[in-house]
Amino acid sequence: MSRSASIIGAAVSRIDGPDKLTGRARYAGDFHPEGMTYAYGVYSTIARGRVVSIDTQAAMRCPGVLDVFHHGNFPSLHRSPASFAEENVVDEKRVPFEDDEVFYAGQFVALVVADSFEHARAAAYQVKVTYDEDTNTVATLAQAMEKRGSTHANDSERGDPEGAYQSAPHQVDATYTTPVETHNPMETHTTVARWIDGKLEVWDSTQGVVFTRNTLSKVFDLDPSRVIVHADFIGSGFGGKLWVWPHCIATAGAARELGRPVQFVLPRQQMFTTSGHRPETSQHVRLAADNDGTLLSIRHENVNSTSHVGTVVEACAGSTEGLYKCDNLRISHATSITDRGTPTAMRAPGAGVGLFALESAMDELAVKLGMDPLELRRKNFTDRDPGADLPYSSNHLLECYDRAAESFGWSRRTPGVGSMRDGDKIIGWGMAACNWDAMRNPCDARVTLHDDGSASVHCASQDIGTGTYTVLAQIASAELDLPLDRIDIKLGDSTFPHGPISGGSWATASLLPAVAEAARAAIDKIKEYAGKAGSPLADADPNDFVYEKGMVKDGHGKAVSIADILKPQQLASATGEAHTGGAPDSGYSFGSFGTHFVEITWEPAIAQLKVTRVVSAIDAGQIINQKSARNQVEGAIVMGMSSALFEATEYDERNARPVNNNYAEYLVPVNADMPQLDVILLDHPDYELNEFGARGIGEIGLTGMQAAVANAVYHATGKRVRDLPVMLDKLMDETE
Amino acid sequence: MRQFEYKRAENTRGAVHAHAGQASAYLAGGTTLIDLVKLDIMQPERLVDVNRLDLADIEHSDGGTLKIGAMVRNTTLAYDQTVQTDYSVLSEALLQGASRQLRNRATTGGNVMQRVRCSYFRDGVSPCNKREPGSGCSAIDGHNREVFAVLGTSEHCIAVHPSDMCVAMAAIGATVHLASADSERAVDFLDFHRLPGDTPHIEHDLKDDELITHITLDAPIKGAGSTYIKLRDRSSYQFALASCAAIVALDGDTIREARIALGGVGTKPWRCKQAEAALQGASATDESFKQAAQIAMEGATPYKHNAFKIPLARKAIVRALRDAAERARRSAGEPT
Repeated sequence: MSRSASIIGAAVSRIDGPDKLTGRARYAGDFHPEGMTYAYGVYSTIARGRVVSIDTQAAMRCPGVLDVFHHGNFPSLHRSPASFAEENVVDEKRVPFEDDEVFYAGQFVALVVADSFEHARAAAYQVKVTYDEDTNTVATLAQAMEKRGSTHANDSERGDPEGAYQSAPHQVDATYTTPVETHNPMETHTTVARWIDGKLEVWDSTQGVVFTRNTLSKVFDLDPSRVIVHADFIGSGFGGKLWVWPHCIATAGAARELGRPVQFVLPRQQMFTTSGHRPETSQHVRLAADNDGTLLSIRHENVNSTSHVGTVVEACAGSTEGLYKCDNLRISHATSITDRGTPTAMRAPGAGVGLFALESAMDELAVKLGMDPLELRRKNFTDRDPGADLPYSSNHLLECYDRAAESFGWSRRTPGVGSMRDGDKIIGWGMAACNWDAMRNPCDARVTLHDDGSASVHCASQDIGTGTYTVLAQIASAELDLPLDRIDIKLGDSTFPHGPISGGSWATASLLPAVAEAARAAIDKIKEYAGKAGSPLADADPNDFVYEKGMVKDGHGKAVSIADILKPQQLASATGEAHTGGAPDSGYSFGSFGTHFVEITWEPAIAQLKVTRVVSAIDAGQIINQKSARNQVEGAIVMGMSSALFEATEYDERNARPVNNNYAEYLVPVNADMPQLDVILLDHPDYELNEFGARGIGEIGLTGMQAAVANAVYHATGKRVRDLPVMLDKLMDETE
Repeated sequence: MRQFEYKRAENTRGAVHAHAGQASAYLAGGTTLIDLVKLDIMQPERLVDVNRLDLADIEHSDGGTLKIGAMVRNTTLAYDQTVQTDYSVLSEALLQGASRQLRNRATTGGNVMQRVRCSYFRDGVSPCNKREPGSGCSAIDGHNREVFAVLGTSEHCIAVHPSDMCVAMAAIGATVHLASADSERAVDFLDFHRLPGDTPHIEHDLKDDELITHITLDAPIKGAGSTYIKLRDRSSYQFALASCAAIVALDGDTIREARIALGGVGTKPWRCKQAEAALQGASATDESFKQAAQIAMEGATPYKHNAFKIPLARKAIVRALRDAAERARRSAGEPT
């Protein structure tokens, strides 16, 4: 093997950049099969009740309308088992138009299909729906817990958390709440579906072509081989596009009924209702510590909102079990049903909001102890995962602390609330740890060496905008000893060798080993052909064959090109295939670690809060691409800051309808909000997880950010904001 | 398909003629109109495109006033030399509104006419007295933090007039010039927008057969300093939670004349004449500014989620007055 190592870790620009810039990159909505029609939804305006009647007469008379589907005429379909093992997860288990029942505002009640998008939309506005409304709606988690209580999901305990808490000299007991956040990728959910001879072909904005294929095969009761799903490019997903949502099923069903391809693009408003969101959480944290800061007890007990049509558990305490050394711990999760759409995973599900609570509580504990919050975390560091009772394969959190603190200038922090100033502004410095599981899933890949000296890689995984195309090209280039521009990466097609969903930050760790092994298999294959009769190297000893730069050399230095090896065999290519497994069962726990240091300014005279500076150090194993990895972490930091300061889907408490369902009123940061970002990537390979030592990088940067911001806000203002987002009205004095 | 007629007007007379007597809408920048038509909130039967009208000039006119054509784009107005020099409060207000792309399209007349951002108005479903007179106001007991007023509200409507530009114009003093087919009239800018009262669907004093042709700004106050302070959650592309346009002219350290207008808190661009009167003759100190801020927000009505806007508006007023006075001092060449 002749891996050229220099390209691994290099700052390679995205290989798909030119395609994206020039518009050659095709997203789901860019596919226009012959005879295309266009669908537009009619969405429930009530949150709970029944559809009494649907008057489609006016809509059917509109120009270009082909049909209006609803529960009265939509074909009867099947539900998906929603199994991760079977790879057919859905979070909203109900199939659209199953019956007349309404479970949330924004639920599909009809689908209009017409010869153009404009005709479909105009007709959809003419569909008249009457409802029998249950006005006793449950709009928020607080209302749900009060009216409906909660349902236990899971828990875990070690030691005696209650006893240790009671006898400890220092305690923190606080409840933290986080709002619904809505994934708002630029590309809203899009499906193009067509049926040919009983086969379903779908172009979908999905993070998982295999999962989507399997789910649709269950829903339409088809052999999986009769469903093909494409997702060449995805305008990001943030978890919202992991699973199939009702629009995809509705579109495929309509296409079958009409016998024509149907395109559906979810309007921005409905991104807030029928395609998932980060659930609302209420997190009760109790910490206890000794005088020197040693944690004696940790409890992190959680309830999150879910829906009538799917139970989603937000694993808020996922990181709590293993981040700190503590013998006495209890975590638990429960859900409570609101009359809202079904939640789902959103970038860094669990830890994304869970570390807001834990790391805020750690800051509160540091204040009680009179201890530097960084020292408190150092004190309780563990290189062993107490949850799994295994050593971490590679945990450099202490180095993260050191390097980020040094770069940030943490030693110059004065601990007093409001003690650091810059003219009219109060400066706050806060920090928090971040953490994410390092996961790896089984993956197949195919690598083909072609007779023109190029190579192609096939895998039924996806690049959701994170750089997967590029890191795979780097690995293939290194393994095949070919320049990047001779490598063609093919992803996003369910007919390719089985690949995992793009989620959980596991794509890189899962795909690289499969591609590398397939590349080596392809090299073995070309060596095999080189030794065959008719080959220019037929007389050489195959044991001496060395592959280098697209050539096979014998023991005497005679080099023959791939083309010249393939030609006598009358072959066009040499193919290698590989299957690689999930995370090895090697006695280690795998995780990524890091820390954020945040500076905020608060100007009380005008109530203006700004995040001015963020220094983050991340230990995510070997960095495969400095550019895309940094880009991922920076993006995650900004998303974490957004969660800290701005994001909240607001529902009318009287009727559970979202009220800020657009880009103007659902706030995310703009360029003018950007702080100075300094990302330190540690780059210590974790060879226990895979041969490249790479862990994932997509999510960890978000975790802990809200706490780092809120802790900095406390340092500046003395106000402990325990309910996100930290908006200016929460920081103003009531007496003003 | 909802059909509508499109007419391109070649002159003012043609525009008002085409607009009168129809369920018509003038199409200028389209930044509000097209949005609301796509949401099916506005259903004009006829669009009268006024983009070709000869109303895109900014000219000096009698008595030092400035005449701004209704079709002058927000970007053009914000960067106009005279506006930047003599009416910097207006330039600042414009540049803190919307986004560059929107400002490139949005017009002076259209900005005056922009509709509210109330989510209940925009959802097409909730009771809303603006959209469906008599149906009720969903915002009063609903989610009412961001774009809801504390001044000038009624039990029928609490939506904020969202403009920044209009707040600056209210402070400067301006006249709205309206033309019909056979006559012209002028309306004081402060009287152009209506309080919601029990007719929130009537938002302004423009009749069906009229068109805004231009807006005249009063002559700048000699030696005055001015500024626009806009407070919001994020740094750009958000409507004001509270904003203040302030103009201050000094005699030494005494306030000769002050102007205060507020955005983000009123159901119309909100001029604070009582607070201004209290400042006249007072010394230009934080105490005076705080007192003026108190007076300006007297009688404000807080709702469930927007009570913070009352102290926030006071902060905007104090900061704007302080900065405007500072600029007045500087322009007078006094040591600061």
